[in-house]
Amino acid sequence: MRTARSRRGRAVSAAALTPLLVAGPFTPAAGAQETGDDERSVLRVALVQEIDHLNPFTASFASSTMIGRMTWEFMTPPSAEDATPSPGVASEWESSEDGLTWTYTVNPDVTWSDGEDVTSEDVKFTLEKIMNDPVAAEANGSYVENFEKVTTPDEDTVEVRTSEPQASMTALDIPIVPEHVWSDVEDFAAPKTDTLEYVGVGSGPFVISEYQPNRFVKLEANDRFWRSDVAVDELQFIRFENADAAVSALQSGEVDFVNRLTPAQFETLEGSDGITTNSANGRRFSELMINPGAETRGGESIGNGHPALRKQQVRQAIAYAIDPKTLVDRVLGGYGQLPGGLVPPIYDKFHYEPSEEDKYTHDPGRANRMLDEAGYEKGPDGIRRDDDGRPLELRLTGRSSEDFDVRAADFIAGWLGDVGIRVTKNLVSDNQVDEQTTAANYDLALSGWGTNPDPDYILAKQTCDALPTSDGNGTSSAFYCDPAYDELYRRQLAEMDTDKRAEAVTQAQEMYYKAAPSVVIAYEQALEAYRSDRWDGFPRQPKGEGVIMEQTGYWGFAGARPVGGGEGGGMPTGAWVAIGAVALVVLAGGGTMLARRKGSADDRE
Amino acid sequence: MTTGPTDQHAADPDERRSGTSTVRYVAGKVGGALVSLVFVVALGFFLFRMIPGDPLVTMTRERPTGPEQLAHLRERLGLDQPVWQQFLDYVGGLLQGDFGTSYMYRRPVGAMIAERVWPTLLLVGTATALAVVLGLWLGVRAAWRRGGLFDRTQTGITLALWSMPQFWLGLLLLIATQGVFPSRGMTSVDPPNGFVMQALDVGWHLTLPCLTLLLVIYAQYMLVMRSSLLEEMGADYLRTARAKGLRDDLVRRRHAVPNALLPTMTLIFLQFGMVVSGTVTVEAVFSWPGLGLLTYEALRGPDLPVLQGVFVILAGSVIVMNLVADLLYRVVDPRVRAS
Repeated sequence: MRTARSRRGRAVSAAALTPLLVAGPFTPAAGAQETGDDERSVLRVALVQEIDHLNPFTASFASSTMIGRMTWEFMTPPSAEDATPSPGVASEWESSEDGLTWTYTVNPDVTWSDGEDVTSEDVKFTLEKIMNDPVAAEANGSYVENFEKVTTPDEDTVEVRTSEPQASMTALDIPIVPEHVWSDVEDFAAPKTDTLEYVGVGSGPFVISEYQPNRFVKLEANDRFWRSDVAVDELQFIRFENADAAVSALQSGEVDFVNRLTPAQFETLEGSDGITTNSANGRRFSELMINPGAETRGGESIGNGHPALRKQQVRQAIAYAIDPKTLVDRVLGGYGQLPGGLVPPIYDKFHYEPSEEDKYTHDPGRANRMLDEAGYEKGPDGIRRDDDGRPLELRLTGRSSEDFDVRAADFIAGWLGDVGIRVTKNLVSDNQVDEQTTAANYDLALSGWGTNPDPDYILAKQTCDALPTSDGNGTSSAFYCDPAYDELYRRQLAEMDTDKRAEAVTQAQEMYYKAAPSVVIAYEQALEAYRSDRWDGFPRQPKGEGVIMEQTGYWGFAGARPVGGGEGGGMPTGAWVAIGAVALVVLAGGGTMLARRKGSADDRE
Repeated sequence: MTTGPTDQHAADPDERRSGTSTVRYVAGKVGGALVSLVFVVALGFFLFRMIPGDPLVTMTRERPTGPEQLAHLRERLGLDQPVWQQFLDYVGGLLQGDFGTSYMYRRPVGAMIAERVWPTLLLVGTATALAVVLGLWLGVRAAWRRGGLFDRTQTGITLALWSMPQFWLGLLLLIATQGVFPSRGMTSVDPPNGFVMQALDVGWHLTLPCLTLLLVIYAQYMLVMRSSLLEEMGADYLRTARAKGLRDDLVRRRHAVPNALLPTMTLIFLQFGMVVSGTVTVEAVFSWPGLGLLTYEALRGPDLPVLQGVFVILAGSVIVMNLVADLLYRVVDPRVRAS
């Protein structure tokens, strides 16, 4: 077994450190450390992203919202099986005929971890705070934008009235908090709202028990959790700034779970004793943005995108020139799925898969024909030119810190060069990429988004309403705007029948796909690894193929099961041996020095 | 050393002259340091505003955020104000000892820095102390037998380590030690009971980051010590000492080394300030909760108030250390006083 062998390995390497190995006084203590391990099962998770807040009203980073999911129940959390709405704070839910009023029945089984009942008043309190207080709306405001009124006919019923029909009402990504704990908060941004006094009471499988900013968060199993017993007594999220250090910590058994691995890290861990890897079909896609001629909501032109890209034909030609299969195989190391629409295949109900005819496959001949037709003839140097003789030269913006961007940029520049488009790579810092793409100062740019079980979020980013205002506030991801698309967008949002809604959702994606203001180039897999000699049975979301960590739910860690007797925390034997050795070396060195001093004292001037 | 106005009566003319010149010297140095500080404050403010990137984009990237929410955030962070107004607010706050509030964490920057200073001082202090001892010892040995095997191998190894990127060396050590030492932080997540055990726990966590830093920084002490001792080696006073019949060892320890120490001392003080800012990569590799890590995290935002605060503190510490070195030099070296 891995632990036994590595422990022996440590002892050997420590022995090699010094021949003076007589770490006598330390050894008994080391033994006590390990055998004295109490029966609590502790799941240690490396967190490679920082936490901004635990306060669920302001927590925005993915790591923070993940902890929120463990702590507070949502109205209708996405299920472990297929990420469709399942009972949470609400046990039943339905919309009125006109689609404007949603009625939720509060789940009688759900209680707060301090023993109080979860009531409709808690739901009303949470939602109204977000509706009325801009500070409380920072993280979750977009979900209630359309809300008109929240009422509680009785203790077990909540009615939400919206100004427009909203199909995503079963995907409210909002943690419901206890009113009796939060009612006295006036400033929802106050640092005290990140303390246990407020975030320590929840209704999820775990409750937060200790928080040291940027060091760790500890959660304990909530014994009042309504679903089932949680086998993890304590769940620790331990902050690692460096992902390689986190991998090394998994190998040495310092942590039990690591995610967001690169293919190289993942392959190092594959096949290690006691470690199991999980390449999961995920929620993220990578895309190549193609500046379609960015405008503000008022129709004012912004940015400095190349004018040729305003032609749909040119954008499509670029899409035909690139080869997603090579990108997935060679750049993602095979850890990805071939692209289609904006919603990834794990949400198969809403995913758009283009027909063979429409699909952008690697077809340089077709790309060449389309560019010829668009009026860009090749010059003597093989570079295409517009009618005024200006060469077709595009910048390709990407993050120099991302291996994917750096390598994909080389491939894309090559493919576009083959069809007569000269590409200059512009690999810069993450912040510069953000700045340049937000201001529309790009021709081509590598980007990517995480999606949610409900397609509304990613579709809303492509509407005309998402375009930036004149003062630069906007949420558009690729400066796309087409009234016909907006029409489809509104239709899917108002459609309460899931099948009919899915139809509108895929049509909207198809329209976007053909317009090509950006093309999805791969759905990245999420790469995770864990100590299967200590933990197993993690439910994935969706079932069998999805992620364990950073799910849209708590299933992964809440369902984990301990395997055998795990090694406790604290200092391993090797450390004690090393400390003993260092102490001895210091003593020996000091002794020698003293002896020498003494010897030379006879020689005083 | 300084002569106050009260004992002017007793002072002979020579000493009085030295007294006023000391006051002038100190005043000049302190004034210069203050001017530098003012520059640092202004530079810190405008420099970080040239970093590309919008903190709001980083803050809201992972949540659906509408334009109204963005506008509200911009207003709350004061980012809707003109830059000169932001600068005035910043300087006004600084004068009252307020470094502002972090964008990301919404905590006072002063408090964030305060809790990060000690880990950095512990790491840098330990590494510098060890580096000075090791560097001086190796430097003296190498210079005394110049061109010998010890000198050649040591100088080679030192230069190789000095040119190594810290994060790379840190990761290498982490992998090479195979989990004997922890890979992150300053304390265990479940710290042991009792002060002694906790101190050992910190020491255990300190080992790798400290070793990484030590290996990279001892070179400068060694090389400066080596070259300044080499300069002294031909001096007449050494011949005199030898002529007295002193053992080689004593000639080195009592006569050569104290004189050669002077330039090294300035370096130690100057470098201490620099080393603090140089720990960014080591702290990032080992997630050591110090100022370097704080800077690293803040750069990603960019979390401007945090960056400015750390910059002022770090640059301030270099200036103060410089001042201390200047003043101490005068105490230690009579030649500086005379000139």
